[in-house]
Amino acid sequence: MSTLDGKIPAGPIKDKWTTYKDKVNLVNPANKRNIDVIVVGTGLAGGSAAATLAEQGYNVKAFCYQDSPRRAHSIAAQGGINAAKNYQGDGDSVYRLFYDTVKGGDYRSREANVHRLAEVSTNIIDQCVAQGVPFARDYGGLLDNRSFGGVLVSRTFYAKGQTGQQLLLGAYSAMNRQIARGKIKMYNRHEMLDVVIVDGKARGIIARNLVTGEIERHSAHAVVLGTGGYGNVFYLSTNAMGSNVTAGWKAHKRGAHFANPCYTQIHPTCIPRSGDYQSKLTLMSESLRNDGRIWVPAKKEDAQAIRDGKLKPTEIKEEDRDYYLERRYPAFGNLVPRDVASRAAKERCDEGYGVNATGEAVYLDFAAAIVRYGKEQATIKGENNATESRIRELGKEIVKAKYGNLFDMYKQIVADNPYETPMMIYPAVHYTMGGIWVDYNLMTTIPGCYAIGEANFSDHGANRLGASALMQGLADGYFVLPYTIGDYLSSDIRTGKISTDTKEFEEAEKHVKDRIEGLVNNNGTHSVDYYHRKLGDIMWNKCGMARNEKGLKEAIKEISELRDDFWKNVSVPGGAYELNQELEKAGRVADFLELGELFAKDALERNESCGGHFREEYVEKSGEQKGEALRDDKNYAFVSAWQHTGVPSEALLHKEELQFNDIELKQRSYK
Amino acid sequence: MNLNLKVWRQDSPQEKGKMVDYQLGGISEHMSFLEMMDVLNQQLIDNGERPVAFDHDCREGICGSCSMFINGEAHGPVKGTTTCQLHMRSFNDGDTIFIEPFRANAFPVLKDLVIDRSAFDRIQHSGGYISVNTSGNTQDANATPIPKENADLAMDAATCIGCGACVATCKNSSAMLFVGAKISQYALLPQGKVEAKERAQNMVAQMDSEGFGNCTNTGACEVECPKGISLTNIARMNREFLDGSVNS
Repeated sequence: MSTLDGKIPAGPIKDKWTTYKDKVNLVNPANKRNIDVIVVGTGLAGGSAAATLAEQGYNVKAFCYQDSPRRAHSIAAQGGINAAKNYQGDGDSVYRLFYDTVKGGDYRSREANVHRLAEVSTNIIDQCVAQGVPFARDYGGLLDNRSFGGVLVSRTFYAKGQTGQQLLLGAYSAMNRQIARGKIKMYNRHEMLDVVIVDGKARGIIARNLVTGEIERHSAHAVVLGTGGYGNVFYLSTNAMGSNVTAGWKAHKRGAHFANPCYTQIHPTCIPRSGDYQSKLTLMSESLRNDGRIWVPAKKEDAQAIRDGKLKPTEIKEEDRDYYLERRYPAFGNLVPRDVASRAAKERCDEGYGVNATGEAVYLDFAAAIVRYGKEQATIKGENNATESRIRELGKEIVKAKYGNLFDMYKQIVADNPYETPMMIYPAVHYTMGGIWVDYNLMTTIPGCYAIGEANFSDHGANRLGASALMQGLADGYFVLPYTIGDYLSSDIRTGKISTDTKEFEEAEKHVKDRIEGLVNNNGTHSVDYYHRKLGDIMWNKCGMARNEKGLKEAIKEISELRDDFWKNVSVPGGAYELNQELEKAGRVADFLELGELFAKDALERNESCGGHFREEYVEKSGEQKGEALRDDKNYAFVSAWQHTGVPSEALLHKEELQFNDIELKQRSYK
Repeated sequence: MNLNLKVWRQDSPQEKGKMVDYQLGGISEHMSFLEMMDVLNQQLIDNGERPVAFDHDCREGICGSCSMFINGEAHGPVKGTTTCQLHMRSFNDGDTIFIEPFRANAFPVLKDLVIDRSAFDRIQHSGGYISVNTSGNTQDANATPIPKENADLAMDAATCIGCGACVATCKNSSAMLFVGAKISQYALLPQGKVEAKERAQNMVAQMDSEGFGNCTNTGACEVECPKGISLTNIARMNREFLDGSVNS
């Protein structure tokens, strides 16, 4: 075990980024034309990085597995993006955004990175508006804001419930401009299957053309991974079906340390699962908690009657409802952070108060908001004697304008009308705070290999606040990486074109081809999905919302056995050199079967509860905070960065000690 | 429920495809259409046959990957819905369901139900952007107020998911709803106004060169669009195009 250096610049936190930018090495424009950069992934992080690097003059090669960069999974982000603009004049500032994010992450993120994120947050909004992103506006034509969990200000910018879509289309448009100029060469339907290391530096990738199956060599002076999170290790998650860990995992196996894999965000407001055939879970934006109130029946017999279909939620009287978040957390109420809200829902359901057939759901109710908005509208319109139904009608219009697309989505999936009856929700795997370890430059432990956005680990600690993923993706891609990568590339101006005709590329290509041929020639008995579901069950039951030593030890053993079985008995129909979606899935699941084991190992080694990592053994036993997560700052205020050594559970631990100079470490209370 | 499926199977762009019949049982009305396809594929794999290739990713109706022509309609019978958000409760036990790829000359079939929509990307390359570099020094986001009405209309146009249902539905395989939506989004915003004329000229030229047809105002695209993109966007595109043609 060694201690890792995060390469955090010296000086006061407020000046670190400015000083860094003033002193960083630059590459002159003529030299940039001779330097190639590979960007893998075209979501908010990868897309914005590719566009900006190309604008600066680098030759960019961008890769995505989708048929167009516009379809990267950032597109599905709903609620919004945070920025410390303080347009509402409600006391927001860069410091407050910084503070909220560090606290929200349960004091397990790197202060310097988070402060930089808060600093550039305001630039993001300016940039996006200049690009034509149609953020929501008020009647004066200025930008509107709403509030998200874990904060006491309104700093979230949004575009209906489709903020991720609009921001991604903004990044995509910036990419298109550079594709048209020939500065980005775009490789759609390509999947990165290895990173190539030459003389200790990342110098290229091996990619598979998903249409022809051809294995290709691509070289560059640096490789940037903007490849998203690994929530699909749970099989069921809110991620897209294709979201995977493969690019990051390949880098890990070539020398990039993987940090805090066990930090996973279980999002509190998702549509509950309805059956075994379920292929994915759907998020209902956190923005709904601005207006929705979360409750379960206060009496167990009422909950039972609802589960048996004998009682409707609208028939339960106000005094027989338990608005448990408002009861437990009066200061933040329904807007507590996600980890807190998820655990509270699980606690109620485990106690027998859950409300759908499976007993795993709670209500998210808009009735009060509809009446509140209705009365407000009636007053504005001068309808002083409006009837109850007229008030509800007026209120529904406002709720529709705010959340219409989300309500429609709910209706399509559940076949229930959330304007009339409360939504049913339950926590689901959503985001992974863990990821490839990076230093302040966003460089991994492989020189020349960078990780940005959800793929890295640095900004969200053990729990991410709502509307901060979009902020981080665009901050890294538009405003951070384009600076930091220049510092590295400035020493590469005399290197010249990197050849792909070398033994390193040959070895990596052979490695990839052997594995693919092993999969298609296996002639086993079980489909890829069979294994993926089994892995998901282990992860959810033993590495999910609550974890304990016994379960984690079992998980490590079971995943290892499942992986052995996969390689013996998986069946992948079709050939290697054709469009073969089962083969694509097989490669991704094979990597999840390794990551899952490291995930469990990381959770087992972290003997504390923090953020999304909740260990049943480490809970506040008494006092006002009884039942809340019990952190251990004395022994665990560090980042766990794992070095690959062969078997995932035998990975070597390196620690990056977290220094908190500007924020005092204390109990994270939302009461 | 039990279903009779008739699915388009085609091994490669060069080969001729055909409809193939499959019997499928044990389908729950709560399944999404794509989950029903998952069940079919599992059955095919278990029988040693090749599964049906189809594009899909987010399964939340926003990425625009899924693209099935179901019983003669893009994304199937429910309005305002993508294939992934269509549920089996919209069908009945014993139904025969025809499943084909989106068809257009500009969207060649790659395999089974997977099509090549890169023509859409190339249209965007030709002008689907505002020419602004990332600097961090653009003006403050609130420096230019934008009337809420225009901002909302721009947002409505910008919700296009680029799935291609409009093209697949149009008897002329026209891409004008797709192109019109992008041109409108920028034309409605002050930031996009500067290049509006040039943008319309370039994007329309690229659209034509990709082999998309013309608009004959049947309005089918608007009806089948899963995101409800309005036909007005085509009118706005024509106005921008005409303006650029006569005032250039």
